Amino acid sequence: MTARAEQTEPVPALELQGISKTFMLRGGTLFNRRTTPLNAVRDVNILLPRNGILGLVGESGSGKSTTGMMALRLVEPTEGRILLEGQDITDLSPQDLRPFRRRMQVVFQDSYSALDPMFTLQQTVAEPLRIHGLGDARSQGEAALDWLERVGLHRSFGSRYPHELSGGQRQRVAIARALILEPAVLIADEPTSALDVSVKAQIINLLQDLQDQMDLSILFISHDLSVVRSLCDQVAVMFNGRIVEQAATELIFTGARHPYTQSLLDAIPVLDPSRRHRRQFRSRDELEQARLIVDASLLTAPVAATDGARRLVPVAPDHLVEAEVRP
Amino acid sequence: MTTATADRQVDIRDLHVSFPQFDSVVQAVRGVSLHLEPGESLGIVGESGSGKSVSCMAVMRLLRTPPAVVRAERLMLEGVEMTQASAEDLGRLRGSAAAMIFQDPMTAFDPVFTIGDQIAETILTHRKRRKREARAEALDLLRRVEIRNAEAVLDSYPHQLSGGMLQRAMIAMALSCNPRVLFADEPTTALDVTVQAQILQLIKDLQAEFHMGLIVITHDLGVVAETVDRVVVMYGGKVMEQAPVGAIFGGARHPYTRALLESIPGQEGGRRRLTEIPGGSPDPSNPPTGCPFHPRCSLADASCANAEPPVVDIADDHQAACWRLTE
Repeated sequence: MTARAEQTEPVPALELQGISKTFMLRGGTLFNRRTTPLNAVRDVNILLPRNGILGLVGESGSGKSTTGMMALRLVEPTEGRILLEGQDITDLSPQDLRPFRRRMQVVFQDSYSALDPMFTLQQTVAEPLRIHGLGDARSQGEAALDWLERVGLHRSFGSRYPHELSGGQRQRVAIARALILEPAVLIADEPTSALDVSVKAQIINLLQDLQDQMDLSILFISHDLSVVRSLCDQVAVMFNGRIVEQAATELIFTGARHPYTQSLLDAIPVLDPSRRHRRQFRSRDELEQARLIVDASLLTAPVAATDGARRLVPVAPDHLVEAEVRP
Repeated sequence: MTTATADRQVDIRDLHVSFPQFDSVVQAVRGVSLHLEPGESLGIVGESGSGKSVSCMAVMRLLRTPPAVVRAERLMLEGVEMTQASAEDLGRLRGSAAAMIFQDPMTAFDPVFTIGDQIAETILTHRKRRKREARAEALDLLRRVEIRNAEAVLDSYPHQLSGGMLQRAMIAMALSCNPRVLFADEPTTALDVTVQAQILQLIKDLQAEFHMGLIVITHDLGVVAETVDRVVVMYGGKVMEQAPVGAIFGGARHPYTRALLESIPGQEGGRRRLTEIPGGSPDPSNPPTGCPFHPRCSLADASCANAEPPVVDIADDHQAACWRLTE
């Protein structure tokens, strides 16, 4: 964050600017309808650098998946802008959005429901090429088989169906389908959460390899901090719809400042039975009310005193924390 | 080992479970021996399809026969030979001798009855209680599992509760008849990291309070490191290694256990490739000859494919089944 003001700043792969989503929840009784607003995501800023992997972590309901869905324009933001490779795609019509869809793809947690049971794997992987009218049927089929091979499956898998595959193999197919269009951005929403440990390692390695080979940027959404530690360059922590801390991955693991981040880290199982300990758990409300106050003089960039309000402020190079700033 | 065999809460010797299909036989468990000492907590670790859940369902007689074919030299639960148990014995044993909690609390509860009704039903089925007494006990149990607004939860339907809350309610239901052994099948796999840590701590506390034996079935070595005294590692329907939890994390000897430990993400800082176990789980209808792990094992040679590996005593309480340990 310090030495980056050079003239030609590279265009980030994906940028979310002040993005928010308010869902209107319908409730009440038949004769007394009420709608209550739910602020699922509040003023989130994310900058995914080219060829970077950013981890977006938080518990269920923190708004991390909604954020990913907004980046993909599968959920319309209430406020804020979405920039894909520098181009504002927030207000594009479905028609105008199509060419941009090629540049941003997604992999979900549940590979079983993400794959069409009636399609062979070759048809599944070739489908994006068909939809975007790239090449003829022959070349599409051939490219699909190439991609199956590239994600570690034998070409003969092309004639198989999703139900014949294990969870790890299905996730490989989903990755092949997402990457066959050679997108700039991959949104990966909990892609390893349903997998066994040994298979999880295979998929993480596969994502790393493909990212190295392809000039690919990944927004990796997960509640599994251990996976994030091995995969991501940067981590953003979401809590109650806001980003409360963001930093280079190791900074999060060694010097987390926000109480919520600290509670997440404390909950990670310790792989040494001799170091078992009782944990003190703090409820969501306690964590929400915990106040973090920093002196303006200790920040790495000038920020005015916030008068009791909280703001995401730079406490160290490459390290943002939500805190109150006092003069 | 330390106690007389007769005192063991669970004692399984040479258990085989298979499921005949149209054109093949799925061999889920192939000669498993394991036991639970009084008041002990045991972790059964393995990936999907390793036979860990089926072994526990067999000892609780929860497998429908047919289709399942169960054969064992010994299948004892709380001193009763389960292969000989009558329907009456089973009714008495389930609930009071042993209870089970499952991974997905959403499907384990009936959606059309309140939590209170369902816990009370368990109490009414197994113990002589009036309806009002059963309800009062259900309320007390919900408080014991640290549910704060227990009265409200008592009258809630499953869909109104979060995953963590439902898992607590299921634990309350399992405890309703004071079981002497608690089986927990992936109790935290569907939960967030922080909720997982809370549920594991709760299970440990309750085990001490109720003086129960505990069997935790999981694919997550982190859960094992945090919770149990002793570990059984399963693969391909067989036991690969068993040892006290400290010996598993400090001195595992079986190549599969070691590979599993190495593939856990996030153990070191910095983005890095993980050690992966190549290949996939064995086909249970056509398991490999010899050691089931040999096709994926970096140390395997011809002997591993040809013959079943011997069980080697590393210490009194530490055994591993591997040809490499005989050299």
